[in-house]
Order: sequence, then C-alpha cells, then structure tokens
Amino acid sequence: MTALEIWTYSIVGVTFALYIGIAIWSRAKTTGDFYVAGGGVNPVANGMATAADWMSAASFISMAGMIAFGGYGGSVFLMGWTGGYVLLALLLAPYLRKFGKFTVPEFIGDRYYSQTARVVAVICLILASVTYVIGQMTGIGVAFGRFLGVSYEMGILSGMGIVAIYAIMGGMKGITYTQIAQYVVLIFAYTIPAIFISLNLTGNPLPQLGLGSEYARDGVASGLSLLAKLDQVVTDLGFKEYTTQVMGSSLNMFVYTMSLMIGTAGLPHVIIRFFTVPKVRDARYSAGWALVFIAILYTTAPAVGAMARLNLMDTIQVGPVGSVEGNLVYDERPEWFKRWEATGLLKWEDKNADGRIQYYNDANADFAAKAEQSWGWKGNEMVTVNNDIMVLANPEIAQLPDWVIALVVAGGLAAALSTAAGLLLAISSSISHDLLKGVFMPKISEKNELMAGRLSMIAAIILAGYLGMNPPGFAAGTVAIAFGLAASSIFPALMLGIFAKRMNNAGAVAGMIAGVGVTLLYVFQHKGIFFIKGTEFLMPELGLGANWFFGITPEAFGAVGALANFIVAIVVSKFAAPPPEHIQHLVEDVRIPRGAGSATGH
Amino acid sequence: MTPEKRAEYWGANLRLLAILLIIWFAVSFGAGILLVEPLNAFSLGGYPLGFWFAQQGSIYVFVALIFIYAASMNKLDQKFDVGEE
Repeated sequence: MTALEIWTYSIVGVTFALYIGIAIWSRAKTTGDFYVAGGGVNPVANGMATAADWMSAASFISMAGMIAFGGYGGSVFLMGWTGGYVLLALLLAPYLRKFGKFTVPEFIGDRYYSQTARVVAVICLILASVTYVIGQMTGIGVAFGRFLGVSYEMGILSGMGIVAIYAIMGGMKGITYTQIAQYVVLIFAYTIPAIFISLNLTGNPLPQLGLGSEYARDGVASGLSLLAKLDQVVTDLGFKEYTTQVMGSSLNMFVYTMSLMIGTAGLPHVIIRFFTVPKVRDARYSAGWALVFIAILYTTAPAVGAMARLNLMDTIQVGPVGSVEGNLVYDERPEWFKRWEATGLLKWEDKNADGRIQYYNDANADFAAKAEQSWGWKGNEMVTVNNDIMVLANPEIAQLPDWVIALVVAGGLAAALSTAAGLLLAISSSISHDLLKGVFMPKISEKNELMAGRLSMIAAIILAGYLGMNPPGFAAGTVAIAFGLAASSIFPALMLGIFAKRMNNAGAVAGMIAGVGVTLLYVFQHKGIFFIKGTEFLMPELGLGANWFFGITPEAFGAVGALANFIVAIVVSKFAAPPPEHIQHLVEDVRIPRGAGSATGH
Repeated sequence: MTPEKRAEYWGANLRLLAILLIIWFAVSFGAGILLVEPLNAFSLGGYPLGFWFAQQGSIYVFVALIFIYAASMNKLDQKFDVGEE
C-alpha cells in the first residue's frame, strides 16, 4: 500500500466510524423522529445539515470544473444554486413550516383538497429525487474505485451500507446529525486545498480575495491580476476569454439561472429540512444559516476553478506559445498526469508526432489554421480533460501533501452520502406517508407506519444502488429532469397555494400537468424519451431544431415550464369553483406564525 | 385578529417581499447577467465588476437578504402580535 492509500483509508475510515457512531446515538422512536427528526432541531444546526443535504457530489466534485472551462458562463450555477435559497426563505419555508406536516405532497394534497394533486406531486418528487440520487451513487462508486482500490460496484455497496445504517435506524433524525458531521468534513476538504493554492498563486490565503489579487506565483510579482493573466493565457491558445465567455447567449444564461433558482426552491429533499425546526421564525433564520454554510463553498468554487485552469495550462504550456520548447515534452509529464491518464479522465494523442503536448482550442478555425501553418500543430492533443479533474487532481497539481488528497476523497464521499440520504428520505417518506397512509391505508397505526417508513427506505436504497450500478440514460439528466420538474411543477404549486387564496384544485392540477408536460417534451425532444438514444424528435424542417425556443437549451427550460404552469393554473382556476371555506381559512392560517406546533402526521 | 388587521399584516409582508426580491433580481439577473458588460468596465478588488457580481457579490447579497427578511418579519410579527410566544 502506498502512503497515499494509507492516508485515504485512515481518513475515510475515521469519518465512516463517526457516521456510524452518530447513527447508534440517534435512533428514531416515533414517526415524528423518522420524518422530521422530532421537530426540535436548532436552526443553525439545521442550516448546516441543509447545506450538506444540498451540496451534492456535483457541487463538490464537478462544479469547479464546469466553472474552470465555462469561465463567466459558469456563473449560472453559482447564482442559480444559491439564489434559490432567497426564494425558498421568502416564499415557501416559513409558511410550509407553519402548515406543520411531514411531506411536501401532503401540503399540496391538503391545500388543493385533492388526492390527484397529491399523487401528481408524489410522482414528480420520486422522478426528480431518483434521477438525482443516481448521480450520488455513481459519485460514491467513482471515489471508491479511484482512490481506495476497490471495484466500482463494491464502492457503491459500501456507500449503500453506510447510508442504510443511519437512514434506516434514525430516519430524518439520524440523517440530520450525520449531515452536520458530513458538512464539517466536506467544507474542510474543499477549502484547505483552495487556501494552499490561493497562497501559492497570489499570496492571499482567502480564495475569495485571491481570485481578484495580483498573480504572483511562488511570490514572484507579475504586475497582472490573476484573472487578467488567465484571460491572457487562454486567449493565447485560441480559447475564449475567461471572464467574458458566455454560456449559449445572455438570454439562455438568464433563463438557465432562473430555472436553477426556482428548481432549487422546489426540491422536496431541501424543503423537508425546514420541517425539522421548532418554530416559524426558526425556519426563516435557518434558511439564512443554510445559505451562509453553502456560500462558504460556493464563493470558493470560482477561485478553485480559475486557479486550477491556470495551473493546468501552465503545466502543459511551459514556455511562449509557438516556440518549440513552449510545449511540455510528454515523457517529462508530472506524476499526477500519469495517474489521471490511467483513469481515462485525461487523454493525450500525439497528432503531430513531435512527442510534445499541444493543448489549444482547435475548434477556433482562425487559430487552428495559424497554429498549423506557423508551428505545425495538427490539432488539440489533450483529447480528454474531464471537468472532475479540476477538484480531484487539484491538490496533486498544486503538489500538496498526501493527507490533503485523502481529505478531498473523504469530502467528496461526505457530499455524496449526505445528499443521497436526504433524497432517500424524501422518497421513502412520500411512499410510506403520502401513498401508503395518505391514499391506501389511512388507518395504519403509527408503529406500522414507522415500520413501513423503514421498509420503503430499504427499498429506496436498493433501487438507488441498482441504478447506480446500471445507470439508465436519464441519469445524465439530473439538471434537466430534477431541476426541471421541481421548477415546473412543485415550486409553482406551493407558491400559488400560499399566495393565491383563490387557487383551486382544478387550476393547480392543470398547471402542474402543463408545466411538467412542456418541460419534459422539450427535454425529451432534444435528448430522447427518458434519454433513450434514437428517440429524439427534433424537427428542423418545421423550425423545431436544436434549442428552437429562443436558443434556450433543454437544461435551462424549467423556468419556461414554470411560466406555463403559472399561466395555465391561473386561467383554469377562473373557470372552476373557488376553494371551499375551510381551505381559505387554511391559507389564512399558514400566513400567520402564531399557533405553529411541531410538525405532525395528522 | 380582525380581517382588516390580517390584511394589513399580509400587505406589509408583501411590500417587504417586493423590495427584497427587487434587490435579489438586481444583483443577479441585473448586475450579473443583463448589465455585466458595461459593469465590467469598472473593477472591484481586481475583479471586473460585472464578473464579481456574477461569481461573488450576488451570493453575499443573497445571504444578507435572508437575514434582513428574518429580522424584519420578527418585528412585523411583534407589531401585529402574531408571533410565536
């Protein structure tokens, strides 16, 4: 075993032991414990748990890479995945907490006095959460496979085992306290390498400030800001300027950001975290604390992305662009380069057979022509540079010690496990509470419901593990499907339920179906029905080619679906009877904090 | 609580929401996307200003907005005597 493997096994082992210890200490005794952690979670603690619940394998491992290669365009993820908390805090969380029940579909079913509405909400919730959880499982499998020297399947099985221990025994209670521990692990794992790298490149230990500071590698002043230096390095190689590179178009970025924001606010596994605090005022503050803890990572991520991109470019382009010595000799590549080549995340092809690495943008026709004529470059030789490298290989690129690399592995696992557990709870509670107790067996005893909750948790874990080992096509659609569905169905239904007293069951159901229909049609038209290859139905001859709706990409379409939902719901509601008296009273009641008890199941 | 008081409380809540959501929109969609190019002519701590809003500033403002909301609503609850005891 190498020193790195020993470090990785030790740190991952200690964190797992901690999670199991918490599981034993926080067993659930009632359905209240199982669904909402007994309803007595401190708002700051809940904020921390929410942050871990929210920050997934994608936030931890992939986001910095998406920013590194997307530049300014990557801002949609930064603004979208944080701005949603403002909507959640101001428009949903306090009112849903006042309503005081266990699940999101339960609010929709009660508010719209309709089992149909509740079942539609359950279907959207399960579809969104299952898509989302597959990504966590594959993240766990990859992290184990790459760093702990076990197979991908064995990795997923270990992850399932850990989640099973605390989620089945403790339900929301076990999940809450492990998520707090997982937040601490993941935030150290993310910020420590970032601080080292920021110090190394700018002399400023705070990455948030380092990103704006002067570029001074190893203390040598350059007279240029780090961002200006990065702009220069990438444009010299034909790439788009980092600080101004857009994603699609300005309009696409606008709609994409909006979709991620309302999708974030409408994701049930996040919303149910706010059912665990004692009071309405706690729900308000707790959302603020959640965003504080999330912002620590989200304001660090752009620095990690930019600095990793600069480090990568500098590693390969060692001298002036165009000079023979300017390009790294392949045989002299660093150790980390070899290790990541072995995983397939980095791949080099010597197109001009000179034994040196040319990494440039050959999709830029003018630059590619110039490079070929003047320097004999025959195409970009870095044929694969995976986004995830930017976080995973970052400590090695910056030559940090082994224990930092091991910590990053533990952090990635913590991010994936905490999000998976939250999603699994949302899935299992919608099965045991909304479907079983709500629809099929209203008279089920509390003891049996708790047992049903545990059984559906086991089933959900097995399903998630199976799908992680055999990912279906739609696993690639976390953003398009999970955020698209949350944005186009759940968010509008909840918001109208609170802010439009006149909204009735017909309007809400029609709106949800319209929103989901519009969103999924556009996504499936581009990506295939449930992402099955060959079932795409773009029709360019009818003007329905790729991104036909104002150039908006399918990932960004949730906001358009939400708009359709709002319009259809409001129009249809005018033609149907207003909600009965007691429902209007219910709406008035959720608008006022007084009288909020702890969340209950009846 | 009388229906008038109730309506007054809800109206005050909606006004607060409107103000906070205008700021939410202005820092992200406004400064971070629609006005990013003109703002990039200015700089803040070494960042082009529009880029800073998109990748740093908007997030700090979001955090502040939620705490301002929570504190203002607490005051409003007290004023209208609808808070939790």
